[in-house]
Amino acid sequence: MTTWKRKDLLSMQELSADEITAVLDTSAAFKQVGSRQIKKVPALRGKTLVNFFVEPSTRTRISFELAAFRLSADVVNISPTTSSLTKGETLKDTARNLQALHADIIVLRHQSAGAAQFLAERLQSSIVNAGDGAHEHPTQALLDVFTIRERKGRIAGLHIVIIGDILFSRVARSNIWALLKLGARVTLAGPSTLVPRAFAEMGVAVSHSIDDILPAADVVNLLRIQHERQQKQFFPSLGEYVHLFGLTRKRAEILKPDCLIMHPGPINRGIEIDSEIADSPRSVILDQVTNGLAVRMAVLYLCAGGKKLG
Amino acid sequence: MRTLLTNGHVIDPANGVNRVADLHIADGKIERLDFEGSGRRVGGDDEIIDATGLLVCPGLIDMHVHLREPGQSAKETIATGTRAAAAGGFTSVVCMPNTAPPADNASTIAWIKERAAREAVVNVFPTGAITKGLAGEELTPIGAMYHAGIVALTDDGHCVQNHEVMRRALEYARMFGLPALDHCQDYNLVGKGVMHEGYWSAVLGLPGWPSAGEEAIVMRDILLAELCQTPIHCQHLSSAGSVRLVREARARGVPITAEVCPHHIALTDESLRGFDTNFKMNPPLRAERDVEALIAGVADGTITILCSDHAPHCDYEKEVEFDCAPFGIVGLETELGLFLDILVHKKRAIDAAKLVEMFTLNPARLLRLDRGTLSPGAPADITLIDASLEWTVDKAAFASQSRNTPFHGMTLRGRAVRTIVAGKTIWALQ
Repeated sequence: MTTWKRKDLLSMQELSADEITAVLDTSAAFKQVGSRQIKKVPALRGKTLVNFFVEPSTRTRISFELAAFRLSADVVNISPTTSSLTKGETLKDTARNLQALHADIIVLRHQSAGAAQFLAERLQSSIVNAGDGAHEHPTQALLDVFTIRERKGRIAGLHIVIIGDILFSRVARSNIWALLKLGARVTLAGPSTLVPRAFAEMGVAVSHSIDDILPAADVVNLLRIQHERQQKQFFPSLGEYVHLFGLTRKRAEILKPDCLIMHPGPINRGIEIDSEIADSPRSVILDQVTNGLAVRMAVLYLCAGGKKLG
Repeated sequence: MRTLLTNGHVIDPANGVNRVADLHIADGKIERLDFEGSGRRVGGDDEIIDATGLLVCPGLIDMHVHLREPGQSAKETIATGTRAAAAGGFTSVVCMPNTAPPADNASTIAWIKERAAREAVVNVFPTGAITKGLAGEELTPIGAMYHAGIVALTDDGHCVQNHEVMRRALEYARMFGLPALDHCQDYNLVGKGVMHEGYWSAVLGLPGWPSAGEEAIVMRDILLAELCQTPIHCQHLSSAGSVRLVREARARGVPITAEVCPHHIALTDESLRGFDTNFKMNPPLRAERDVEALIAGVADGTITILCSDHAPHCDYEKEVEFDCAPFGIVGLETELGLFLDILVHKKRAIDAAKLVEMFTLNPARLLRLDRGTLSPGAPADITLIDASLEWTVDKAAFASQSRNTPFHGMTLRGRAVRTIVAGKTIWALQ
């Protein structure tokens, strides 16, 4: 537990392998708590957590909210429509007001890359990045590697394939750093418009032909295609996307029998993943959601400077 | 009023002078240079300035400055902007028309000139917009603005996307001998880009501004300059490809010139890793190979003009989420030090005489200004430079009203120590 000295969790890029492992180990302890009759621990009793979601979110916000409840923290939720940002208040001023109200932890979801770091440099409160633009979504990566480690027993040496919209994906970036630091091999796949060559410089492989890479994959992580926004400029049609990059039933047959299928959600059934495959035994999509709770408990606990678990 | 600048190293590229001499000033004009030995008193001098160990140059000209008046006086005013210019060693500035309202008509130009006459401490040469409201569609009253005193046309901050509109503007401008200064940015290619597209934009998840977004317009400008035979000056070049295009076009005799700003040779896109908005520029900071190409372009004469793109913004405008922050930094008070430090001292790309030429003769020629020389009879605009003085940038000491600089705390070698406009010292290093 002494490995973690940070006030904030801003990105996976800045974490060391030891720090990541510390979060995963703490998460495992909290996951045990979740299976007890009484799921609540007093670790953050008396602390105030603000869920500051400037960009709308349901799943991540609820996950953080439940995590905070289970740690006995007091929770306030702020959504874009209830904040003064709609009245023209700057992010800095809104956040300074939260600090003046003695918020111990601010969980920030924001559409601008760098927003979490912006607050962390200006506030005493702990800042937990719950997604900043296309930059990072560190708790998603942590719950993803937690899920892989839980199922596979390790990360090092595994071959992880991430398919979909990499360019606009904070989940992809956080996963890339986390997996590389823990010794995995990472291949990114998707249309060349959404998987630019620059990503290869991070130390990953880039492929535009998933039939070639799926047979060797230990884990396939599918990212949501934001078709409402991207279709016209980035690929010609959803049909063509499914044809080239969708995890169809046919493609699922070439996967290793023990290959894990992951998705950060929300899923588009029939687009990035076939509906039956999403519900198949190899799919750990709902385990990811469950594990997200434990991982976020661990992150809140560590950032709040938590002592040894009772 | 007679002033003697004695024993300085005089650099006057217009006349090929680069040696120790005495400079005599009378009634606000250059009287003569005396090479016969230092410190010879002719007698009758009201003021004697010992310039021993200093470079004595024609007053420097920064042909790319945003003075923000009219309409944006929270960022900068003609009074504060020209004081910043003086503190940076500049005796003349060329101000950009993207004010509020834009300088796209003769009465706004007249307002700027009148304001400058009352409040400026250095010469202010206004430019006029190419298109009404900088909207890229309809030509401004170019002839009326010419008679009101503009020295060039530019939609700086914006870029005319319609090639036909640009072509007609260039053809029309030729009647008045006005060059066009172009901020080269293809709106479709750049989109919402806020930083150089490359490895760091991939890592940071910020929308990329690809080099091709600049190069496509540089190429367009080369074609149109050739077609219309109107000089086009490409502003704040940022990419290796742009340097190559301009080099090739100049070799063919196309009337095209280019400038570079200090930040584009001092910094790369990696600086953005902390999301500090003082590194957010348009065009953006690019990769190491672009920096090298820009410096090579200065060394081989492809880039002939140095400037700041002084772009003041209020602290509360810059201290926001990265993609919401305005582009640009202040530059008047740091550019001479940065250019001397990087181009002359560290990279040895050019010597001090060449640097002076790029700040004086070259912009004066392009814009047809009666400045940039120490010829007898010229206005006595003079900058004294200590090329080896080490100093540390302190934004709190800026004369500019704004503080948006990424160079605070940096130690540089070389700076102006005295600025003289029309024979009068308007600023001296304390």
